[in-house]
Amino acid sequence: MKGHIIIDRELCKECHLCVHACKKGLITPAHEYNSRGYRPVSFKDETGECTGCTLCAIACPDIAIEVYRE
Amino acid sequence: MKKVFGRPQSMKGNIFHYCAGCGHSIAHRLIAEVIDELDIRGITIGVPPAGCAVLAYNYFDIDMIEAQHGRGPATATGIKRALPDRIVFSYQGDGDLAAIGIAESFHAANRGENITVIFMNNAVYGMTGGQMAPTSILGQKTTTSSAGRENVLDGYPIQVSEIFSLLPGTAYIERCTVNSPANILKTKKAIRKSFQYQIDGIGFSLIEILSPCPTNWKMTPIDSCRWIDEVMSKQFPLGVIKDVPAEAAKERKEREPKS
Repeated sequence: MKGHIIIDRELCKECHLCVHACKKGLITPAHEYNSRGYRPVSFKDETGECTGCTLCAIACPDIAIEVYRE
Repeated sequence: MKKVFGRPQSMKGNIFHYCAGCGHSIAHRLIAEVIDELDIRGITIGVPPAGCAVLAYNYFDIDMIEAQHGRGPATATGIKRALPDRIVFSYQGDGDLAAIGIAESFHAANRGENITVIFMNNAVYGMTGGQMAPTSILGQKTTTSSAGRENVLDGYPIQVSEIFSLLPGTAYIERCTVNSPANILKTKKAIRKSFQYQIDGIGFSLIEILSPCPTNWKMTPIDSCRWIDEVMSKQFPLGVIKDVPAEAAKERKEREPKS
């Protein structure tokens, strides 16, 4: 695993710009609501494909994504 | 694992009040990142506008003074003249800079005040419910131009950056957008350059940022990013419009004898 992201569920407003920005398709829309009535996106990386390129975090208008890299 | 991306230090932890997919919050983050990188957090003073970004002081962890509607550059002029060692930027929307405050902004640019103006152009009046702005594009449907903007009735969209570039007082003008990660990084570079020019005492700089407004354009965030590429950037071409120090350096280089 080269990279990893943490999505703050309370900050996400489901604009889905990160879904569009991730070239590997690791971020997907979700169906569970947060306390503010939005459905935050979820990050699934079972095969360790995330490189920590930060494109999703750069595209995120709400600074809801933190990126970690090895 | 090392953290490579997170909230900039010059930003408070408050949740943005902006709509989903709004460009304002991206611009806020870029300014905060630049302030962190240049290490000028203690000496920077911001001037937020009236408009959607009126609550910008809730998000920046720096000194801010709220200006009257459209009078950001006039307030910034006062701050910069009283405290010349501070870094002063005004943050304005298109209703603020291109409509009610065009006189103050125009004359601050003409005087060549050593300030930075961040101009958010989203082609509508966002906060009041999506009315037509001076920067609305011909044919664009808004709540006050329901059949699309018509030049006979409503005039033409104002090209603020091109007009300001004709003033001899301005030093650096660039138009960018925040509709994709690549363009966001370019915008950050432009903001950084404008702050650096202010630190070097070069003069007035204006960064126009084409910003998506999904709520008032009645589009999804991804569609509004596409609309900037396909329609808006045709009316407002992206790129450096004026860069006096770079042009002077280029001229000097050309004049140098080749060895």
